[in-house]
Parts: sequence; C-alpha cells; structure tokens
Amino acid sequence: MSTNTTFVSLSGLKKGRQAVSEVIELEGGCSTSGGSGKSSCGSSAGPEDMPPEIWEKIKNHPCYSEEAHHHFARMHVAVAPACNIQCNYCNRKYDCSNESRPGVVSQKLTPDQAVKKVLAVASEIPQMTVLGIAGPGDSLANPKKTFDTMRQLAETAPDIKLCISTNGLALPDLVDEICKYNIDHVTITINMVDPAVGEKIYPWIFYNHKRYTGYEAAKILHERQMLGLEMLTARGVLTKINSVLIPGINDEHLIEVNREVKKRGAFLHNIMPLISEPEHGTVFGLTGQRGPTAQELKAVQDACMGGANLMRHCRQCRADAVGLLGEDRSEEFTLDKIEAMDIHYDLDKRRAYQEKVEQERQAQHQAKVDALSAAFDEQLAGVDADMKVLVAVATEGHGKVNQHFGHATEFQIYEVGQGQALFVGHRRVDLYCQGGYGEDEQLPSIVNAINDCHAVLVSKIGACPRDELKAAGIEPVDEYAHEFIEKAALNWFADYRQRIASGQVVHVPRGDARIRQGAYTAEAA
Amino acid sequence: MALKIIASMCSGCSACEPECPNVAIREKGGTFVIDPKKCTECEGQFDSPQCIAVCPVDGCIKKV
Ligand code: SF4
Ligand code: SF4
Ligand code: SF4
Repeated sequence: MSTNTTFVSLSGLKKGRQAVSEVIELEGGCSTSGGSGKSSCGSSAGPEDMPPEIWEKIKNHPCYSEEAHHHFARMHVAVAPACNIQCNYCNRKYDCSNESRPGVVSQKLTPDQAVKKVLAVASEIPQMTVLGIAGPGDSLANPKKTFDTMRQLAETAPDIKLCISTNGLALPDLVDEICKYNIDHVTITINMVDPAVGEKIYPWIFYNHKRYTGYEAAKILHERQMLGLEMLTARGVLTKINSVLIPGINDEHLIEVNREVKKRGAFLHNIMPLISEPEHGTVFGLTGQRGPTAQELKAVQDACMGGANLMRHCRQCRADAVGLLGEDRSEEFTLDKIEAMDIHYDLDKRRAYQEKVEQERQAQHQAKVDALSAAFDEQLAGVDADMKVLVAVATEGHGKVNQHFGHATEFQIYEVGQGQALFVGHRRVDLYCQGGYGEDEQLPSIVNAINDCHAVLVSKIGACPRDELKAAGIEPVDEYAHEFIEKAALNWFADYRQRIASGQVVHVPRGDARIRQGAYTAEAA
Repeated sequence: MALKIIASMCSGCSACEPECPNVAIREKGGTFVIDPKKCTECEGQFDSPQCIAVCPVDGCIKKV
C-alpha cells in the first residue's frame, strides 16, 4: 500500500478510495492512514492515495516507490569525483562511502562517456528508467560535469528521469539549474539539524573560498541544507533525505531530523546504517565507531513513522551501479565494452516495453489484493492481540515466496501482526553454500542476519540448514511456496497463533540481528 | 612562490582543479599537478591557498 513501506492492512484495503484520499489531502501528501497508525503514503498499485502528478513522477522510480523497485532499474554514472565537505564516514583517498558507499566506482567518467554509457544501458535494459549522479564526490561540487551530463541526456533521452544526490552545501545556488534540466528528484544527505551533532560528523567544509571547521562548519552546512530543501519544495521538486544512522551520535536525533525535513516538504526519508569497517580507512572506521544493529535501525525507523515517508528498501548502492536495486550489472558496461557496442536508442520501443511492465505489475498487484482479502485471522483466546513478529522471506521477485533458501543473497523482512504484514527492510547474507563470515559466532552468517525473526519463508530448504535454523530458534517454513509474500506471512502467523493457543509452542521473543556491512552488490541473475 | 602536489598522496579527486584562480592545476595520469609558473599561492586573491583548503588529503599539497 505504500511507496516505501509495503504496508498491507486489511482494514486499510477495505477502506474506500475516497476516505484515503481525504486523509492525504488533509495532511499534505503523505499521511498516517486509518486507525492502525501506520504510515501509508503513496501507493504500490495506483494513484488512489496520492495526487496523480506525484504518482506520475514516482510510479516507475525504483528508489521512490518500493514496489517499482522490483520492476524498474536505475543507473548511476560516476562523473562527480570532487567534494566540498568531509564526512567522518567517508574516505576519498580510497573510495567514498557517502550515503550508500556510492563512492566505490571502478571507472570515473567524463560527461560524454557518461552519456554514451546511459544510452548503451537504456538500449540493453529497457526497464532502466532512472539516471542518477551520486558521486563518488558530490554532484553539485562538480556542477559543470553534472549539468553537462544532464543537459545532454535531457536532449537525447527525454524519457529517462534525472536525479542527483548531494550533501546540500552548494544546493541553494544551483536550484535554478536543477530545474532547468528537469531534474525532478533530488536526494540530500542530512545527518543532523543541530550543529553540535554535526560537529561530530563533519570535520570541515569548503565554502565561499574558505575552509571552515567545527561548529561553524556544521552550522553553515545545516543552514544551506535547510534552505536548499525549502527551495526545492517550493519548486515542486521531489526530495529524498538520506540519513546515516551513527549510534551514539545521531541515533535519537534522527527523529528530530525526520520532523524538520518533513516540515520542509521532504517526500521520503531514507535512514541507513553507518558503514564503518576499519579497512575502509574512514575516521569512524579507524576510531571504532560501530554501525547500528538491525533492531537499533528498525527502532529509529519505527519511531519516525507518521513523519516523512520512510524508504526501507535502500540497498546502499555504488556510485556506478547499474540495474535493478539489489543487483549490479556494471561489469557489463565498462568503457571498453560500451565502445564495442552498437547503440540504438529507441524511444518507442522503450516506452512499449515499460507499458508492458506496468501492466504486469498492475495485474500482479490486483492478484495480491485478491489473495489478501481471503487471508483473515481470528482473535484467539490466550494469545496477545498486539503480538508482532518478524519473518524473513526468500524471494526472487513478483512479490512471492519463490526462492530456495540456499540461493538467497538477501532476505526481505516483514513484520506480521494480526491482520497486517509490513515490509520493514532487507538483510543481506552470504549464500548459504558458501558458509558464514562469523567471527566468534558458531552459527552461519544467515542466522546472525535474521536472528530477530521467528520464521523464514522459503520455496524450498535442505535438511541441514533446516536443522540449523531450528536449533537457532528460527522456524523454516516452505508450506507457502509461490504464494504472495503478505498472504504467506499472514497465514503462517495465523497458524503460529493457533499453535500458541493450543499450547503446542511457547512464544518467546527473539534477539537482535547484525547488519551486514557494505553495499549490496549481488551479480544479476 | 608555488605549491606542489605530492603525487603519491593525491587521490585524484579533482576538487582542487576548478578552485584554482590561476588555472594552474591539471590532471596528469590520474593524479593532479600544479604548474609552478602559474601558481601564485593565491596571494592577493584569497586568504589561503584554495587548493589546500579543498583538498581532502592532509599534507598532500606543500610549499616547494
Ligand atoms: S559528501 Fe559524500 S563525497 Fe563528500 S565527503 Fe561526504 S561522503 Fe564523501
Ligand atoms: S595555491 Fe592557489 S594558485 Fe597555487 S595552485 Fe593552489 S589554488 Fe592555484
Ligand atoms: S584535491 Fe588533493 S587529492 Fe584531490 S586531486 Fe587535488 S591534490 Fe589530489
């Protein structure tokens, strides 16, 4: 039901379109819908719960629409190596780990090379609808390279949506230019709204021909970020705010960040875990600043629900990622390979293909809604009505439980409660067959990654991992193979509650889980 | 009066290049170099050398 959190509430599904759109209007675009108090903005299906012009902008944008990311692809071109600030989670001597470790690039490109690459990818991958410039430095600290690329693309590939990602320092000066090239999605990385917090994250900024440090630097950056965001909102540009969750520094503070950016019209808020492995050589990596656990991340995200919409499907992509979120096809499009390609950019063919994808997606959505309306579960005596548990799901897409446990490189995490199954994130894992990365732990990495889940839904699972999961207290479930995820999760949950009511199982809370560090860069299937 | 980029430290990030008021910086084989004939150390133009102020690698740009 939502752009960013696939929220499926049965009561919500039954609610008339009218009522939903009224709520939206009242609250200015995004809202808390229904009595459940869950954030439900946007739509995974259609424009019924948002203004049509906004739906037009996001419906095939994999980052702005949670559902779209299963169907449409994006690419980044690395034309912007320079940066005008320093972040303690970034080390440009090697790579940049910006909002999404996007600094990891294999080839820096000139604008001309970038345009060629975009056309090559767009011809090969017709569902590629979005082009972003996200570094490896700051797109707006490299205005010439960024806008030169965008100008050429606006002319040659008018159907591709253009996005940029920035730290916001140079943003207010460049808003006009952004609008000129029809860049209608801008991501600003905002980690604080209080310079005293910012001081701990940014050692310096370069602004107005001067290097500023300490509180003063953070204050300037903060003011520029807020001004830039307000200017974009005033011009109707959709903004996504990325925040890096740094435990002990800005964890609780991000709730205030969420409030402040929502107030200034931010469309989407993406709260991501800090990546800080010592080998990345970042200040945080070297000082031992740890990243959050899965439950710490979820707690902050949950606390922000009802504010700006949350994005929970971010994969912290590289600055030269190509393909669907969660896959990386950049290897297929290196400079030498592009040189050898015969590129035909066929706008009509691309449109026709995307139409087809859109139709399939609508059909799939309808099937899901139909399947769900049948999945009610009843109140049971002796079972806590507010009980909610997490389940991990192995999926290859199409919204179904359709992947073999051993083939999963990530699990989608759903929170199930009575009558609802809510997508809350994904967890990257090593392939089961390749063993774990555990240090002290005896259990394989997969258990670490989904240790807060009560069950894992798969299409199939071998005897060995089955036993291992059981021993760890996670129930392996293959009874719902090839069903829609939400329906499967609800059915499993009803069954689980039955078993609790009948005394077959005793419900015990699960522990925490570990977030796998680094960008998610599985090879495309 | 000129500054020099220590090539082994330069990350090639290109941040310095557009900041130089005298167009003294250019790319050379993946890293950047300063043309000593053009570099004025930003004297009379800015309070501090612009390339040093923007360079993310401490100690990468030095007086010769
Ligand atoms: S804004 Fe991005 S590129 Fe610049 S220092 Fe921070 S993380 Fe690195
Ligand atoms: S000191 Fe000033 S003039 Fe010299 S290279 Fe650096 S920016 Fe250019
Ligand atoms: S700013 Fe520093 S690291 Fe970057 S290119 Fe210039 S000298 Fe090299």
